[in-house]
Amino acid sequence: MKTILVIGNGMVGYKFCEKLMTKTNGVNYKVIVFGEEPRPAYDRVHLSEYFSDQDAERLSMAPRSWYEENNIELITNERVTDIHRASKTITTISDKEYTYDYLVLATGSSAFVPPIPGIEKKGVFVYRTIEDLDATMSYVEEIKKNKSDGKAAILGGGLLGLEAGKAIIDMGLETSVVEFAPRLMPRQLDNDASKVLQRKLEGIGLDVLLSKGTQNIEGGDAITGMRFSEDEVLPVDMLLVSAGIRPRDELAKTCGLDVGTRGGIVVSNDMRTSDENVFAIGECALLNHMIYGLVAPGYDMAGVAVDQILGGDSLMPTSIDMSTKLKLSGIDVASFGDALNEAKESESIVYENKFQGIYKKINVSKDGKKLLGGILVGDASDYNMLHQIFLNGMKIPENPEDLILGARGGESASFGSALDLPDSAVVCSCEAVTKGAICCKVNDEGMTTLKEVAGATKATTGCGGCKPMVTDLINESLKAQGVTVKETICEHFDYSRQELYDIVKLKGIKTYAKLLSTHGKGKLGCETCKPVAASLFASIYADTGNDHNVIQDSNDKFLANIQRNGTYSVVPRVAGGEITPEQLIVLGQIGKKYDLYTKITGGARIDFFGAELHELPLIWKDLIDAGFESGHAYGKSLRTVKSCVGSTWCRYGMDESVSFAIEIENRYKGLRSPHKIKGGVSGCIRECAEARGKDFGIIAVEGGWNLYIGGNGGATPRHAELLAEKITNEEVIRYVDRFLMYYIKTAGPLVRTAAWLDKIEGGIEHVKDVVINDSLGLCDQLDKDMAGLVNAYKCEWKEAIENINEQNNRFAHFVNSEESDDTIEFVALRDQKMPKLWA
Amino acid sequence: MNSILEQYKTVPESEVKTWFKAAPVSKFPENGGACVKVNDKQIAVFNFTAEGKWYASQNVCPHKMEMVLSRGMIGEDCGTPKIACPLHKKTFSLETGENLNGEDYSIAIFPVKIEEGFVYIGTH
Repeated sequence: MKTILVIGNGMVGYKFCEKLMTKTNGVNYKVIVFGEEPRPAYDRVHLSEYFSDQDAERLSMAPRSWYEENNIELITNERVTDIHRASKTITTISDKEYTYDYLVLATGSSAFVPPIPGIEKKGVFVYRTIEDLDATMSYVEEIKKNKSDGKAAILGGGLLGLEAGKAIIDMGLETSVVEFAPRLMPRQLDNDASKVLQRKLEGIGLDVLLSKGTQNIEGGDAITGMRFSEDEVLPVDMLLVSAGIRPRDELAKTCGLDVGTRGGIVVSNDMRTSDENVFAIGECALLNHMIYGLVAPGYDMAGVAVDQILGGDSLMPTSIDMSTKLKLSGIDVASFGDALNEAKESESIVYENKFQGIYKKINVSKDGKKLLGGILVGDASDYNMLHQIFLNGMKIPENPEDLILGARGGESASFGSALDLPDSAVVCSCEAVTKGAICCKVNDEGMTTLKEVAGATKATTGCGGCKPMVTDLINESLKAQGVTVKETICEHFDYSRQELYDIVKLKGIKTYAKLLSTHGKGKLGCETCKPVAASLFASIYADTGNDHNVIQDSNDKFLANIQRNGTYSVVPRVAGGEITPEQLIVLGQIGKKYDLYTKITGGARIDFFGAELHELPLIWKDLIDAGFESGHAYGKSLRTVKSCVGSTWCRYGMDESVSFAIEIENRYKGLRSPHKIKGGVSGCIRECAEARGKDFGIIAVEGGWNLYIGGNGGATPRHAELLAEKITNEEVIRYVDRFLMYYIKTAGPLVRTAAWLDKIEGGIEHVKDVVINDSLGLCDQLDKDMAGLVNAYKCEWKEAIENINEQNNRFAHFVNSEESDDTIEFVALRDQKMPKLWA
Repeated sequence: MNSILEQYKTVPESEVKTWFKAAPVSKFPENGGACVKVNDKQIAVFNFTAEGKWYASQNVCPHKMEMVLSRGMIGEDCGTPKIACPLHKKTFSLETGENLNGEDYSIAIFPVKIEEGFVYIGTH
């Protein structure tokens, strides 16, 4: 049995252990891992997420039990201080000695702190470990306690610095990023790309200062500012340094291994150092005179070292891909190949759209035949395909600009199919899975789902960036086999939602059990297909959340929205946003009676928070007695129809938007659908109701109403599109009836109208044809179906209270006790309360 | 936060010392779950009526430490009976307590028996 000592338990050190275990199943080698930090290896790539959730567990690569299960001895909090190559031993800080047959240095890097006078002052932090983040966060809290306008700066405008900058803004400090180079992310972006990114970052409140060399850190004990020149000082209360990395090579240096002049342990392409029994991998290793500060090459190095130790002959490739794709506060940024045309072998094609903040550049070989690199900012949806074309030297279209502009005119798509990739193309770079390996699982082993393929190959389990491409490969392979690929609900139903709608309606199926036994698989179903069935029963038979209770989604089950601490929120309907002083007083009294946190919602109604499960029927009894109804804020159903005040009061109003909004909200209240639906009615084109950001928007114009459909706010904002112009109130209702009913019948589960309209063949013109010109002959049926649902409306909270069963009360926390949940705790927030945070 | 989780350890059927008498079968919704107060602990009990089986687990979801699992939805994942948390749809096997989404945390599970119309939960 040979002993392998691994010094360093970071991502690459962990990956070495994982790959060794996969290849040896843990036999023949005794492995001891030394980690200097207190916890086992964690994901440093996603470190900035720790700022928002402080969940170190979530970043963990593997729990301690994994090491135990694999017979790996993991010694954390223990720094190795010396290597004695002659005796093949090491000693640790607590003077313990260990002998090795192979030694693997995975010591990683430390943050580079530039030697600026004053940099040692209080309030200056680095950005490298969870402990660094903890220290930074508690200092931010201290600043916020002492002043209301605290300022922070980040030294370094690379990708880590920008992520950290966003995190500090979210913590409530004004933040500037200070970069020495004339552009952001200088290794990945050119000046124009940097400008596009800068504008986007400034849009979210991050101040960007370029070409700034810091001469001095100002202040006494603690930092108060950064001096750039004699007369330029940036006042700051803290500074986070993210100015690059320095390889941790001190152990290698003291034991006489070769190190580079500017640091890094020299290795050859078999990952051995100048001592053949000592390996160095990851950010501490100097390969081809380069330090590779990305995780994918580090993982490759770990794989090569494992193979070499096991007697194999794997080597690192001669050119190492440094392509990166990331999302910086929702902004796509990607860079691949020779992005900056440093080799001067290419000509560039650039597309820039300042309105949308999109920049795309590709570098094409001078003969126009090969893609050598590129940059994408603002929209990186083409990254996977471009990256593959670059990596595999694939042929590019005759007009290379099609790669970023899309094929204009003509039939051919610019990319072709994912199946055109060579089998050797590495699709998942984190786990080094090739296109061939993925297609083989589908073609030879009969797998059909992403879940199966991911389980068998590990593809998509790292950063997840390759998910769209792996999904495409699976679907395209299935298609090539002649299998029709359709979007089925889940493992229990081989049908799309639209097909299930027709089955339920035509066969008159009224229960989930019947649907599962006649058209599904298994006896139990799951949390995906059950709510779909509940939604179908609601949309077809006007069943409410009280029916089929155990298959309702979390919120429909208790007719309230579950909140962070397991309590609920309560929203009564306030149609059109019109509310009387008497109603406001009653709502105030109820909020006070049950000690509820109260706020106005984005849909212009009143939301009560902090209601415990058992209080829901009591609160609703009071609300119903005062004349209120369920607001269906918890359902995939009509939420609100927002209105501006309209011609009844507004001197610009063209029509009575409030009256119309109330009529429409009351018409569709209780209507359940594939996803939530919101409406808006504006009294003139000033559009104060923001109706074009809603699923249906109605705007008064000279000569009638304009009706728009398919709008959305949220993560992917989309303006609603014009369905009909200058129509009457009756026509608006007729077209909205048909549009909603057509959407309810044909959309997939949890697809909003915006995504539905984007996907439906023919788009808005098709919908116009169906609901106005009756091109499918459906209108009679749609009208009838909607009329049925409108007439069947009942307030489901009234129904719930009338039918409450003291014996089987679903609103009781315990079945065997009258007590309530004593683990719920609240703390004060301004003049109200909020759930207690977990320590 | 971990002190709550430490109160809940899986009890294998062979190690049951006491069977806690919870409530009549009729108190538990068919094909659903309900929460039982076992001294100072909260145990979620699930009635898989379609299969004639019962399962029990801790009521606290280890993801965000909220007492909510009994309000989740039951189902199966490739034959494994499971519970999906109502907060973030984290799913757990009710046979082993294992997390079925690949995260590290899991839940403690407890044996259930039905005698003379009553539900009993096995404890140490």
